Amino acid sequence: MELTGAEIFVECLKAEGVETIFGYPGGAVLHIYDALYKEAEHVNHILVRHEQAAVHAAEGYAKATNRPGVVLVTSGPGATNAVTGIADAYMDSVPLVVFTGQVPRHLIGNDAFQEVDIVGITRPCVKHNFLVTDVKDLAATVKKAFYIASTGRPGPVLVDIPKDITAARCEFEYPKEISIRSYNPTVKGNKRQIRRAIDLMLECQRPILYTGGGVVLSGGAAELTQLARALKFPVTNTLMGLGAYPATDPLFVGMLGMHGTYEANHAMHQSDLVIAIGARFDDRVTGNIEKFCPHAKIIHVDIDPASISKNVKVDIPIVGDVKHVLRDLLDELHSRKDWQTADISAWWAQINEWRKADCLKYEQDNESIRSQFVVEKLWEVTGGDAYVTSDVGQHQMWAAQFYKFDKPNRWINSGGLGTMGFGLPAAMGVQIAYPDATVACITGDGSIQMNIQELSTCMQYQLPIKVITLNNGYLGMVRQWQEFFYQKRYSMSYMDALPDFVKLAEAYGHVGMRIERPGDVEGALKEAMAMKNRLVFMDFITKRESNVYPMVPANAGHNEMILV
Amino acid sequence: MSDETRHVISILMENEAGALSRVSGLFSARGYNIESLTVAPTEDATLSRLTLVTLCSEEIVEQIMKQLHKLVDVVKLMDLNDYPHIEREMMLVKVDVQKHGSCDQVKRLTDIFRARIIDVSDKTYTIEVTGNRSKLDAFLQALSEARIMEVVRSGSMGIARGSSALTV
Repeated sequence: MELTGAEIFVECLKAEGVETIFGYPGGAVLHIYDALYKEAEHVNHILVRHEQAAVHAAEGYAKATNRPGVVLVTSGPGATNAVTGIADAYMDSVPLVVFTGQVPRHLIGNDAFQEVDIVGITRPCVKHNFLVTDVKDLAATVKKAFYIASTGRPGPVLVDIPKDITAARCEFEYPKEISIRSYNPTVKGNKRQIRRAIDLMLECQRPILYTGGGVVLSGGAAELTQLARALKFPVTNTLMGLGAYPATDPLFVGMLGMHGTYEANHAMHQSDLVIAIGARFDDRVTGNIEKFCPHAKIIHVDIDPASISKNVKVDIPIVGDVKHVLRDLLDELHSRKDWQTADISAWWAQINEWRKADCLKYEQDNESIRSQFVVEKLWEVTGGDAYVTSDVGQHQMWAAQFYKFDKPNRWINSGGLGTMGFGLPAAMGVQIAYPDATVACITGDGSIQMNIQELSTCMQYQLPIKVITLNNGYLGMVRQWQEFFYQKRYSMSYMDALPDFVKLAEAYGHVGMRIERPGDVEGALKEAMAMKNRLVFMDFITKRESNVYPMVPANAGHNEMILV
Repeated sequence: MSDETRHVISILMENEAGALSRVSGLFSARGYNIESLTVAPTEDATLSRLTLVTLCSEEIVEQIMKQLHKLVDVVKLMDLNDYPHIEREMMLVKVDVQKHGSCDQVKRLTDIFRARIIDVSDKTYTIEVTGNRSKLDAFLQALSEARIMEVVRSGSMGIARGSSALTV
């Protein structure tokens, strides 16, 4: 049967098993929205209040479920508003398919109303993108987009669809299989390298597993846990990798990097074997590259060959899907009869010595609320089992340090791009994926205002998110750097006209709470969590000039941390 | 950097709108150098062949190859420096021959360099010359006496010697 392009579009989503899309209508996508209207029972469309939020919501959905998030926006400003979210997804390898409307083909290049070359604009920040130039190509293009977005190193794929194509008709057939001659991601790791890796693991004296977001993305957390426990090696996670190894496990030494733990960073520095799995040696992790892991051989498992030996020269590269490679590593290990590691008890004794520095300690007095305390209490009150999204800044680091994630896909933040305004819309995506789950958005008084309009979306879809605002009246991380490196010249890091967040939340129809005393923190959190069906906006008035410790200053080595 | 080498990279890519822009955009976004870039469709109309010359260190060329390979439009590529190869570039030069004796001098250099005069007017000769980069540079230097009005260079093309070939 002949269908219009718009109908084909919707049929493609159904064929891909897409249940939810996030979007915002406009002129160029009106045919599509009309087709969606007729299929509302099959495809649930969430109407956001700004296109950037649609992309972050889709990211939240994707990060929590490991399934591609889907976005639909109109041409021109609809498309450009989505760019920050697309760039964010690109940096954090989030599988997304973003559909943008485009002006009709005959107007492309004419500076038509709401025309923008979104394929050109997004080229450097997508895994791939397409402009559909014939309705006959539409179904195959959608198929390719989902395939590319969700295989290999995942990432955002954009499909730009001119309006006249959504009206044109052709026979619809959704391709069952797709093959792209130039795109064949490696899944299995090289056998010989896997053997060499196990050889090294059994010889080394001071090993450390340094694992990242790739473990979460590949669904390899269980395999990582098995491997670490079999070898009894210490594990550190990157910001993106939190939850891939249980944070409450004794082998876990905490996050590494700029605001990582003393023990994790010192263990990296002194290690003789760094086993990097699904991590990419980001500058926030390595610190000064010249001083990075001076004594270590490095094994690097990653699905993206371009990530290997990009920043740090690697001794044993293993290209492949993390979950597959971890399985192969386990098989190789267990295939060796009576295998045993070298005696690493001295190494553990050293690590336990570093742990005594108690680098995350803080003092909660009776005067003003410490942000760390709020996160710790949140962890207790939610039984460590909430989905936690965050924005970007000090609160993000405190969330990462103090919420002990035991499961993967529970910690959802903007790591690579560092996008303020990510947290609330991402929480919407998570809550829509898991309506019964506890979803908390840990944010700051700066970040929350970057996408606060989404409180309206939350009301429309009755999303009972718990917004935990750590309000210190500053752009805290900017202020911290200004304190350390600019002699306290607080240039533009002070928020002089904060709204009354309680009233604001109430104006949107939600519950607002302001918490000012340390003694009220736990009770307020319990009260909020008990309101299962309501969004509760919690405005915690926190200690004003508090810093995130420990810290590896920019350009320093892992062994040059500032403790307090 | 002192350890920079000139690399000739051959790329087979989908002959599609935007593919060239993905390649050139990668170089500008990541701060890699491009000395020359030349591209045209192959005997298989669905494919384009691109030759790109870059000056960089071994570490960077490894990254360049990996990053290029990651582009979905790139089907296959090779660093011709890893193979015995031939490199050619074409150049068109328009010279002013109004000065007494310059006709003869240009004609003589054209012969020496095995170039060809492909267009003549009462004031100008246009010469076609093919070779590797240093030959073309040498020809321009030799012509310095004559007044060069215009130079067009194609950028280098490369191909591996013998049976090594970049094919799908």
